[in-house]
Amino acid sequence: MPTIDQTLDEVLALAAARFKVPREKLSPDDDFFQNLGIDSLQALDLLTRLENHFHVELPDYEMQGVSDFRTLAGKIQARL
Amino acid sequence: MKSYHGQALSWDWKDGVIELALHRDPCNEIGSLTLGELEQFAAALDELTAVSHAVIVHSTKAAGFCAGADLRELFEGAQSMRQEEAVHGVRDFLERVHAVFNKIDASPLTTIAAVHGVAFGGGFELALICDLIVADKMARFCFPELRLGLIPGFGGIPRLKRDLGNAIARDLLLTGRSFNATKAQQIGLVSQLVAEGEALKAARATAAQIGKFDRTTSAAAKKFIKPVPLEELRQEIEIFCDLFTRPAVEAGLRKFVESNEALPYLP
Repeated sequence: MPTIDQTLDEVLALAAARFKVPREKLSPDDDFFQNLGIDSLQALDLLTRLENHFHVELPDYEMQGVSDFRTLAGKIQARL
Repeated sequence: MKSYHGQALSWDWKDGVIELALHRDPCNEIGSLTLGELEQFAAALDELTAVSHAVIVHSTKAAGFCAGADLRELFEGAQSMRQEEAVHGVRDFLERVHAVFNKIDASPLTTIAAVHGVAFGGGFELALICDLIVADKMARFCFPELRLGLIPGFGGIPRLKRDLGNAIARDLLLTGRSFNATKAQQIGLVSQLVAEGEALKAARATAAQIGKFDRTTSAAAKKFIKPVPLEELRQEIEIFCDLFTRPAVEAGLRKFVESNEALPYLP
């Protein structure tokens, strides 16, 4: 099983690639809605990509209020 | 009419396959405009059925298949009316939606929904009237209606119960959570899961295969295996209209319409 740091790194890499942001501009504690400038449909897109990448289910209600990459990676890690 | 290009949707007939394309911004919300054009499609279906074997429903919008009912139109319409008038208007709208959806559901043609992105609420219900759902791996299905103090109103619960187990239908309905396409295939909702952007291509290949079979036989098989749950569909309209008069609905609609939250469909 990957470590939380590995999961976090994969989340950041995936988000950077999807939304065409240089990886080095994203930090674990960034607000990804602000940093990526994404709307609700794009947030769903990211959620689906993360589920497909990590082969996990991320219920939307667990994502409510989650806005930084570190917390997001923790939610994923809990389901690996 | 073998071809039509409207403001919300278009259709084209080719080699026995009717392709119904949704193309209303932002994500094919179903309001009075879309419903009017869907009614035209249902009327055209009478003529086209004799020379067709399949219907493919898909979206040309990048955001997805269909984000559901036009809640802004519903909210603003209800705000401008007295409560009895608003309920009458909602009932009339639902009756018209059901008439179109029931007709497509019961069509002797084989119907295929090619789904990508969001298929939420009424959009999910539109997919559920089709015989087969082909989804790309980025598709997402959800019944978020409870956040509005409502139940799905376009036939969602009866059709979900028809197609899936009651337990999974309860999960979708009572949690309001969304499922990705992989999960949707695991529970039996999606019959083919394809790569991102490949749903329409796969649906076309499926329609071509369906065209090899005798139409009368295919229609008889469909009629036998896929009854339209008319009684429950009637009950759904009654429950929806009863719930619609409650203050929770106005509050839920207002919250949604005025929201700028990242996931506004969540309660």
